Amino acid sequence: MVVGIKDAFKLMGIVIVSLCAVLVCTIFLNYQLDMSQIENQIQPGPQQMLYDAQKSTANMVTVLSGGCLLATSVIMMIFYIKHYIDTHKKELGILKALGCSRMQIAINFWVFGSSIFLGTALGFGGGYLLAPMFYTFNNEGDLIPDVELTFHPELVVYMVVLPTLAFGILAILYACRKLKTPVNHLLNDLPHEKSRKHSRDKESSKSFLADLKSSALRSHKTLTFFVIFASFCFSAMTQMSFSMDELASKMMSIMVMMIGLTLAFTTLYMAITTVISGNKKSIAIMRTFGYSQKECTGALLGCYRPMAYLGFVIGTIYQYALLKIAVDVVFAGMEGVPEYSFDWTAFFISLAVFAVFYDILMYVYSKKIKKISVKEIMME
Amino acid sequence: MIEVKNLTKFYGVGESQLQALKGVSAKFEDGDYVVILGPSGSGKSTFLNAISGLEVPDDGQILYDGKDITKLRDADLTAFRKENVGFIFQQYYLLPNLSVEKNVKMGADLAGNKDYMSMIEAVGLAEKRHKYPSELSSGEQQRVSVARALAKKPKVLFLDEPTGALDEKTGRQVLDYISKLQKELGFTIVMVTHNLNIAKMAKTVIHMNSGVIQSVDRNEIQKSAYEIGW
Repeated sequence: MVVGIKDAFKLMGIVIVSLCAVLVCTIFLNYQLDMSQIENQIQPGPQQMLYDAQKSTANMVTVLSGGCLLATSVIMMIFYIKHYIDTHKKELGILKALGCSRMQIAINFWVFGSSIFLGTALGFGGGYLLAPMFYTFNNEGDLIPDVELTFHPELVVYMVVLPTLAFGILAILYACRKLKTPVNHLLNDLPHEKSRKHSRDKESSKSFLADLKSSALRSHKTLTFFVIFASFCFSAMTQMSFSMDELASKMMSIMVMMIGLTLAFTTLYMAITTVISGNKKSIAIMRTFGYSQKECTGALLGCYRPMAYLGFVIGTIYQYALLKIAVDVVFAGMEGVPEYSFDWTAFFISLAVFAVFYDILMYVYSKKIKKISVKEIMME
Repeated sequence: MIEVKNLTKFYGVGESQLQALKGVSAKFEDGDYVVILGPSGSGKSTFLNAISGLEVPDDGQILYDGKDITKLRDADLTAFRKENVGFIFQQYYLLPNLSVEKNVKMGADLAGNKDYMSMIEAVGLAEKRHKYPSELSSGEQQRVSVARALAKKPKVLFLDEPTGALDEKTGRQVLDYISKLQKELGFTIVMVTHNLNIAKMAKTVIHMNSGVIQSVDRNEIQKSAYEIGW
């Protein structure tokens, strides 16, 4: 077997993200389905307005959180499959050389989809565990009748079975596409012909470290994208969590905030650890020659910092635009909906936490690399 | 001068503990060409890694002109490597995302050497200076690593099986470049190899087995890379 179950367990980030997505969607979709129990008892007027508002909020949270988290899971899984193939080129090349077809090898990548099963199953179970608390909180107040919690078996299919199948198939198809690379290129780690045409390096008067800094980003485009994406997620999710406080009930905003923070820290953690592990060998080579740890990390890891802040800015704009549109469209025509404006406090808190978390992780991991002997890294 | 006194190195713990170096002592004069021979597991690579400052021994002293490098902190050991040593490995360890020129510049910048192009020319890769390691043959990649190591103007050049992954023709070429450059620049060479024939190129030949030095021989005549068998 090319890919083992233990490889799938390395995808804890995807497990956490899918867990959060399904937990939120299970609670809110279940609530929305259960609201139909009381639809006939709703009278026009304030009762109807509150009923519509609660349904709209549940819709908004499901679409925003579920949609964002689904996109995050897809990107994370694709990134991990690419990373896996890039780091196991030799083994995969040998299998191809021995006569295994692309599909025969790719089929093993279903296990990456299985991490989604773990996340969705836990999220679904967690959703039903938390649902009674959520219902009790929402049933407070006498304006509309109480909504009873009922189990909807069809949600198992929508929340667990279908995502697992879809992600499994996606993992296989993506791996199959990536494995189109010729055997010789896999075995000898040769670049694609397409990228070779652009790979003529120009003469430069810059120092080696400056050259290295600029080439690190160019040559690790996927990694750069992941760093931008992770920072984007961090920025969008943390700020959105704060902003939800004004737009939804306390219970909802706490839930979104908890999930947002978990997701934000998970993606950023994954991005930074991937950046560091991806550059471990280069750091070891440079240290062997006598470059200090500070010079190595400055050139190889420091180049991602501007990209991380770029992701943060994009995330800020995205969350503002998304909430503005959501408020203007979903709550259009409703009375008592607060005016949504940019939350500067949330922005500065989020930025400060981001800066501190980013630097602490970078510092801790570069210290970890420093402790490993140069020989140990070279022997890997 | 490099003086090694009673060097000891253990790997593992408990029952699986293995003593790779059992009190090894040796002396290398400046400008010497030393070849260390020995079967797998004889401790020759551990010895090379220790005296080059890549690995910290458990006991003993490694003195470079009287200065013991086993007592240095990690940052000082890095600075020591920067100023004194160059490496050529069997697996080349080139930075894959940088061109030939920039890989060589990696070594040159450490010594403030602006004339690194002459080193690329010396190993016959001037035409391919903008190519990436993956676009070069094994021999060419090893020549880049030779240029990179020498561009930093090391006082001592450590080589771990430099021809291990090369065919005969390329292997001879690489060794010939190194010998010519040593005569020109006067650095010390310490090389680990399995190839008994390469020992004929050295001034000093050290035979190791089971973590100890068994014998030290001196060659009256040093042969060139094209005069030895393969």
